[in-house]
Amino acid sequence: MSTATIVSLPDQSTARIPKVNFLTKENGLLSWLLTGDHKRIATLYLISITFFFFIGGALAALIRLQLLTPGAELMATDTYDKVFSMHGLIMVFFFLVPSVPATIGNFVIPIMVGAKDLALPKINLLSWYLYVIAGIMMIYTMSVGGVDTGWTFTTPLSTHYLNTHVVSAGLAVFVAGFSSIFTGLNFIVTIHKMRCPGMTWFRLPLFVWSNYAASVLMVLGTPVLAITLVLVVLERTLGIGVFDPAKGGDPLLFQHLFWFYSHPAVYIMILPGFGVISEVVSTFSRKRVFGYTAVAFSSVAIAVFGFFVWAHHMFIMGISNYSALVFSLLTMLVAVPSAIKIYNWAFTLYKGSITFETPMLYALGFMGLFTIGGLTGVFLGSTGTDIHLTETYFVVAHFHFVMVGGMLMSFLSGIHFWWPKWTGRMYPEKISQFAAVVTYIGFNLTFFPQFILGMLGMPRRYASYPPEFQVLNVFSTAGATVLGVGYLLPLLYLTWSLKYGAIAGENPWQATGLEWQIQSPPLTENFAETPIMDHEAYDYDWLERKQASEVASV
Amino acid sequence: MSDSTTIANAAVAEAGHPHHGEHPPFQRHHFESVVQQFDAANFAMWLFLLTEVMFFGGLFMSYLIMRNWYYPAFVEGSHFLSIFWGTSNTAVLITSSFTVAMGVWCAETRRKKGLILCLILTFILGLMFLGIKGIEWHAEWVEYHVPGLHFSAETFLNPASAPEVYKEYHDKPLSLGMANKTELYFFLYFAMTGMHALHMVVGIGILAYIIFRAWAGAYTTGHVTFVENFGLYWHFVDIIWIFLYPLLYLISRHQ
Repeated sequence: MSTATIVSLPDQSTARIPKVNFLTKENGLLSWLLTGDHKRIATLYLISITFFFFIGGALAALIRLQLLTPGAELMATDTYDKVFSMHGLIMVFFFLVPSVPATIGNFVIPIMVGAKDLALPKINLLSWYLYVIAGIMMIYTMSVGGVDTGWTFTTPLSTHYLNTHVVSAGLAVFVAGFSSIFTGLNFIVTIHKMRCPGMTWFRLPLFVWSNYAASVLMVLGTPVLAITLVLVVLERTLGIGVFDPAKGGDPLLFQHLFWFYSHPAVYIMILPGFGVISEVVSTFSRKRVFGYTAVAFSSVAIAVFGFFVWAHHMFIMGISNYSALVFSLLTMLVAVPSAIKIYNWAFTLYKGSITFETPMLYALGFMGLFTIGGLTGVFLGSTGTDIHLTETYFVVAHFHFVMVGGMLMSFLSGIHFWWPKWTGRMYPEKISQFAAVVTYIGFNLTFFPQFILGMLGMPRRYASYPPEFQVLNVFSTAGATVLGVGYLLPLLYLTWSLKYGAIAGENPWQATGLEWQIQSPPLTENFAETPIMDHEAYDYDWLERKQASEVASV
Repeated sequence: MSDSTTIANAAVAEAGHPHHGEHPPFQRHHFESVVQQFDAANFAMWLFLLTEVMFFGGLFMSYLIMRNWYYPAFVEGSHFLSIFWGTSNTAVLITSSFTVAMGVWCAETRRKKGLILCLILTFILGLMFLGIKGIEWHAEWVEYHVPGLHFSAETFLNPASAPEVYKEYHDKPLSLGMANKTELYFFLYFAMTGMHALHMVVGIGILAYIIFRAWAGAYTTGHVTFVENFGLYWHFVDIIWIFLYPLLYLISRHQ
């Protein structure tokens, strides 16, 4: 690996963090709790989702410890059920869904479109409060005994057969859903109405496009989840019968309604990550993203197709063969826009001046892991192979490759990429490169054996397994330990860098986005005066000319 | 865009430039102009209504499927709804939509007294709607038609036991299996009208706040966004009812 770098920091002996910025503008707890500033709300979100990530991570550690040995030694079976259910609920609704949009998106989207704030700052703050309320409800659920339905609230299990806290968990997710609706709504309005002069749709950074597509999914999908959860709660409390076959209802209706949200939800979880990768890959190969328009529209295509594939979660649940056929075909179609993205990023790298700073390492990791996750999705989308593979560890490995290998890698990539902008300080480069590599190795070691376990027929969601599966499970648990180190390291060194990191200056990456042309950390109003966009996105020649003229004028 | 929006835009545009380069007090700091602020809030409201469509969509979908499966139960269940009260409520709600539209017009043309009058009329009509809904729900309670809490399929096994409905429709007795499915009809009836009524309650709550603010003269200085968006919400709740009324009351009138 060459030691070439594009990082250009100001002279550390004279550089200072700007005295006035969004962090120092006002002081005191209330100035944070009542803020309308999108950057402060993004910071609040970042702290809260990190908190939930580590709760979810601790639960994952318990799962892997339990599966180290074939018997149910560590926990009783019902405790294990609760642990993996809470792991799923917390990771999906309290980490993955808000991860990139509510933190990084909240922080950079208004700046990227050249606005002073999101269109609806109070709604943005409300969204965070709803998230916190939902989080408290979820922690309450966990502390009084948890829920063991899995994250899917499957009926009639959730409505008739379980004695755990389905109602409070369901209501927590209901409230969290509105938090994500408000985030999505705010983004759509902002991107439509708040763009600065000259900022046409096709000059928007691709991060904005992919978050726009994800926002459309949030706005259209989440309300359906909300009404479904209301029906589950009513079924459980009053016995109204809509999902109860004994009264003429149908559990399959629940599946349709639930997956109508929850399949698009996986694109809510991955699309914003695509946006991060577009920004990072372009910046660290010094090239405009290859096929900008195709990448932009592939996000929209994923959002559209994403609404018509939900029944592939139900191939073995007794839906008709004909609809299984149609949904299988539509599922394969989603592979097309996803592949467009991967190929275009690869072509962006081609003949680019590539450097390997931490965000780029995570982004390259993303490309490998997401490709594996996506391709194994085709196995599951084919009705024949799905019958063998569904409800096994193959599914677990598949969606962890997409969600953790995809979204979490891109989240970490984005956090490192925008950290200098956010805090004004660099993270330590060497140790973070090390952490990125550790994460990549740990991840593969954890989840690759699970593909094989699934092929061999190990079912998911069981606390024990036959002894012949132990070797692969030991690999997986060992990998999870490495992965855990990979996630703890950034928490430590990013916190350290808040005080001791090198001063980053305006544009440490020599990136072209509007957010890199302003001070770090930004002013509360982002721009001293309204910017005018007079060039395409990712125009490195423009940046060069701008810097040359700045030098000349000094 | 409708005429009223044009007027609103004209009103805010006028309010937006009273003096050279100064902003009216209601312009938030992050907007370039009052027009942009109005557009953004208006667009956000339409998007929110879209989420509401999806929210109610789940219920409409369930109704559609269940009605197809248990057609006789849904027909005879529907016969127990009162056409008289349903139609009255439709009239009440449409009138309230008219008064709220007049209220928005009054705000745009800065007629404070007219605005307050229209809003109070809307408030009263909203309460009337809920009152009538309460009468209807009470009737179902009396007939043992409240699923989960107070339900019996007796009136469908033996239609003559409810003489008033029987006189009008001459319903045939349903088989035990089908008669039990009427519980699903009544659940969907309560879920849909209940969710609608919940939206009415929220709307009336917001309306009370708007009346209070209008009294202080808040909406007759050119800043009509809040009233206009409330109007959109109110019309939306009205339109939901316009779909519920035929689907629940009228659809099986001649069967």
